[in-house]
Amino acid sequence: MPETLLSVRNLQAWYDESQALFGVDLDVREGEVVTLVGRNGVGKTTTLKSIMGMIPGVKGSIALRGTPILGLSSHRIARLGIGVVPEERGIFSGLTVRENLMLPPVIAEGGWSLERIHQLFPILDERRNSIGTKLSGGEQQMLAIARILRSGARLVLMDEPTEGLAPVIVNAIRDLVLDMKRDGITVLLVEQNLRFATKVSDRHYLMVHGKIVETLSNEEVVHREGELLAHLGV
Amino acid sequence: MLESLGGQIFNGLVSGAFYAMLSLGLAIIFGLLRIVNFAHGTMYMLGAFVAYVGAQSLGLNFWVALIASPIVVAIVGIILERLLLCRLYKLDVLYNLLLTFGITLFIEDAMRLKFGMQGSPYVIPGKLEGVVNLGFMIYPTYRVFVIVASLIVCIATWLLIEKTSLGATLRAATENPGLVRAFGINVPALITGVFGFGCALAAFAGVLAAPVNNVAPLMGDDIIIPTFAVVVIGGMGSILGSIVTGFVVGVVVALGAFFYPPISGTLIYILMAFVLLVKPTGLFGSVEGSR
Repeated sequence: MPETLLSVRNLQAWYDESQALFGVDLDVREGEVVTLVGRNGVGKTTTLKSIMGMIPGVKGSIALRGTPILGLSSHRIARLGIGVVPEERGIFSGLTVRENLMLPPVIAEGGWSLERIHQLFPILDERRNSIGTKLSGGEQQMLAIARILRSGARLVLMDEPTEGLAPVIVNAIRDLVLDMKRDGITVLLVEQNLRFATKVSDRHYLMVHGKIVETLSNEEVVHREGELLAHLGV
Repeated sequence: MLESLGGQIFNGLVSGAFYAMLSLGLAIIFGLLRIVNFAHGTMYMLGAFVAYVGAQSLGLNFWVALIASPIVVAIVGIILERLLLCRLYKLDVLYNLLLTFGITLFIEDAMRLKFGMQGSPYVIPGKLEGVVNLGFMIYPTYRVFVIVASLIVCIATWLLIEKTSLGATLRAATENPGLVRAFGINVPALITGVFGFGCALAAFAGVLAAPVNNVAPLMGDDIIIPTFAVVVIGGMGSILGSIVTGFVVGVVVALGAFFYPPISGTLIYILMAFVLLVKPTGLFGSVEGSR
């Protein structure tokens, strides 16, 4: 069995006085794609942000390959090989497509070359001088993922990459995540689209009220789809 | 008449050169740090004093001062940012405005105690003495140099911010510092560097101003308020806005003084009020930029 890349124990987080995470425990093994599923507001994005060091005052423990990273500033955490594809894509409106693509520094060897990225997404080359936010939603999502792949991150935290996108684009993102998996990139995914999640993920964590309550296999998700969709409210 | 009008336009360009360099530094600092740096005029004054003291005690010539003084003042700025300003980033912007105002009073009074109120002259460097024939009029060589040097510095800064990867990182950090940091970029170090760079720009302007005006502890006060007006007219945080508006305001005020001298002191504020009424984000500003 591959070794554990990311280990999170008893993670607790707050926004001012209000507690958002109540002791999250999860593991992600090297090369796995793992999904966090749950209703809006249960703490999925907060979990990703806590791992990335983007929220102050987080308690518990987070380890990357056994090394504690909780308390490090987020730029140091990123330099350990973690990349983030944020909610709503995070494309910068003051930067061109090319500038957005080149923004994250190369943090490790083995990142995708520009040639490979442009071969897969010719639009990012054709519209390199356009303002990043002028791209369509799907193209912006490709850009958000591509810039992290260029950086060489070995663990990618993806927050709802299919949100608001047409089915054809969702399929393209599915293929891209499968490509990443073949490259040995580990992914922790936040996703509400269960069909998409079962096609790309190895297993799923169900979150309720700031805690992981269940670990589900793909088969279990498919088998209990109706119940889970009702639970997610989608 | 035409020659004196031309002279007045060039005088306006000289004032505009100082407005442009100072408002450029203010705009860069405001863009990334969201700090209205009241101490910017003090950095300008310190720049002039480093050149003056360097010349008096070390025999430092003007050309060396033009490089050394911005470096010294940038270091002062970096120390202030790391020691004081960074502690207030999470609070309302007014706290940093008050802090930088306090820093201004402290440094100005310290300089007044040491050097007195009376300004000291700084000699124009030998190669830039005399006048130059521009074809349509004769104008002091040093003043032409001020306009050209300021244009070069402003354009170089604009190119640095708009056309380089460092500039792209700066612009991104202005928009979403948390995400830029999550990409592995040390944003706090970037902020410190930008503050230091803004202070260096002010110091560069201060050295250029030293032979034009007397070097005096309150010289920053005379220019900082109109410079704030320039930043507001150009658009808070707009780099291009600061440069263009700096020169345009300099010329407009000079022309105002030429045609109707009583209005020269207030024209810049009338202009600011008019622009705010017509375009509240400033001529080159955006809602995002002024947020």
